[in-house]
Amino acid sequence: MAKSKSKTSEMETSQGKSRRDFIVVASYAMGAVGAGAFAWPLIDQMNPAADTLALASIEVDISKIAEGQSITLKWRGKPVFIRHRTADEIRQAQDVDIDGLRHPEGDEIRAQKPEYLVVLGVCTHLGCVPLGQKVGEVRGEYDGWFCPCHGSHYDASGRIRKGPAPTNLEVPPYAFLSDNVIRIG
Amino acid sequence: MESKEFKNPVVSWIDHRLPIFSFLNHEANEYPTPKNLNYFWNFGSLAGIALVIMIVTGITLAMSYTAHTDYAFDSVERIMRDVNHGWLIRYIHMNGASFFFIVVFIHIFRGLYYGSYKAPRELLWMLGVLILLLMMATAFMGYVLPWGQMSFWGATVITNLFSAIPLVGENIVIWLWGGFSVDNPTLNRFFALHYLLPFVIVGVVVLHLVALHRFGSNNPLGIDTRGPQDTLPFHPYYTIKDFFGLSVFLTFFAAAVFFVPNMMGHPDNYIPANALQTPAHIVPEWYFLPFYAILRAVPDKLGGVLAMFGAIAVLFVLPWLDRSPIRSARFRPIFKIFFWLLFIDCLVLGYIGAMPAEGIYVLIGRLATVWYFAHFLIILPVLSVIETPRPLPQSISQPIFSAAGGGLAGAMSAPKEKVE
Repeated sequence: MAKSKSKTSEMETSQGKSRRDFIVVASYAMGAVGAGAFAWPLIDQMNPAADTLALASIEVDISKIAEGQSITLKWRGKPVFIRHRTADEIRQAQDVDIDGLRHPEGDEIRAQKPEYLVVLGVCTHLGCVPLGQKVGEVRGEYDGWFCPCHGSHYDASGRIRKGPAPTNLEVPPYAFLSDNVIRIG
Repeated sequence: MESKEFKNPVVSWIDHRLPIFSFLNHEANEYPTPKNLNYFWNFGSLAGIALVIMIVTGITLAMSYTAHTDYAFDSVERIMRDVNHGWLIRYIHMNGASFFFIVVFIHIFRGLYYGSYKAPRELLWMLGVLILLLMMATAFMGYVLPWGQMSFWGATVITNLFSAIPLVGENIVIWLWGGFSVDNPTLNRFFALHYLLPFVIVGVVVLHLVALHRFGSNNPLGIDTRGPQDTLPFHPYYTIKDFFGLSVFLTFFAAAVFFVPNMMGHPDNYIPANALQTPAHIVPEWYFLPFYAILRAVPDKLGGVLAMFGAIAVLFVLPWLDRSPIRSARFRPIFKIFFWLLFIDCLVLGYIGAMPAEGIYVLIGRLATVWYFAHFLIILPVLSVIETPRPLPQSISQPIFSAAGGGLAGAMSAPKEKVE
């Protein structure tokens, strides 16, 4: 059909854009879509696989944790600290004036039930595991946790009080399934 | 290579110091290519693209694969079920091997038909045969990695080929295995080499291209280009032709990956490897079948192995077996007949390789093997002496103009070329 027209009208329309330009742009666009569609599976395969995601939540029986005791669990490859806090510790955590903190958070939003504090045992500075879980370990100046790598001090609510860490210890998503069982993740 | 002026000042600045843009312009843009290439000349670039697809999917598979006899099979199943798009990547890699061989076999038969192996392209051809050998080694070791029954027994049979070597054969096999049977050390080294060899292939492909660009592509007429009137710049004429061929190729490739991904595989390889039981009917992957048929055709262990490797070795010396100065089969009426007989012979060998080694299949396999070697060692040397070729056209442009009297070919050739 193009042959029936003269050479110039085949190449250009009144707007100065030729049909050939349209075909070229459309071809490049389709090529880009195709390349992207091929690239995406190759990139996405590095994301967590289905079996990894299947292990992304755990259930914990917390009834065995005595008051004042802490346990460490592994969740998504990282340590989770669960501390059964004493009345003294709870009071200490709640009485802090949060306006003076680097990362102001009240204890009541960090702990769903004040007796149990659930935090990720990963220092928010550069990812070390803070000390303070075991009896006799350094707990830092605020009776919480102390990170030995660069000296961050966390209080009994897992809040950063001193040292280089920018934010409080992260609270993972969790829910009480019953009074004694919580699901993390 | 003279450097080119570039409009972009940054490109110009870089090119003055590192003439990469001049190089690309020279080799991939203005590169003069015979203007009469047909679609059989698409298969070189298709093979290159197949190699890239195999490397990209292979590296991503390696991220989830475990090279250990206890975990390899399960890690492949995990790729199929749990890893994001793992099934797609594995099926592309699996079928990609088959499609790579399809493309390369067509590429090789193209070279045989049009005499692309003849002077001055002998080294180009020999580098190509080397690539074929490397591909076969890579494909074989890749097939072992899923650690299914066919993996294990394929590895056992192929490595045992080397035990046919007199005196040191047994020691070589033990050295290949790293033990006294195909086992974890074997799997580990096969994985290491399967990862390495594709990059060796890339290196040889670069040499293949350097040799190609020395004299440029052969063409269907098999005569040399005599100047600009016989050539077209590679871009856009052959880039667009290659892209069109690529889209056709990818259509078939995608059809296999999405609709019949296991057609060219063997179901027994979905059974985990068992060192105590050989599958009832063990066959190699389809692309090895002609060679497998040659191996079995010789009723002697060492003889069979030598014949099989000889089938490749004879290709290495092909430029010196076919002494005819005429390249293209278009002008060699008898050679053309024997080319197609060789083609059929290779198909027969492939069929025999898939059949059990008994009864009439043995006889056919032997005849086909004899024919294969006779073609290269007797028929081609004799033909170069006795065959009377048809007259060659004077130039690539000539056949177009001789038909230009009033036919379609005359209408197709651009007006500016008529001045010639």
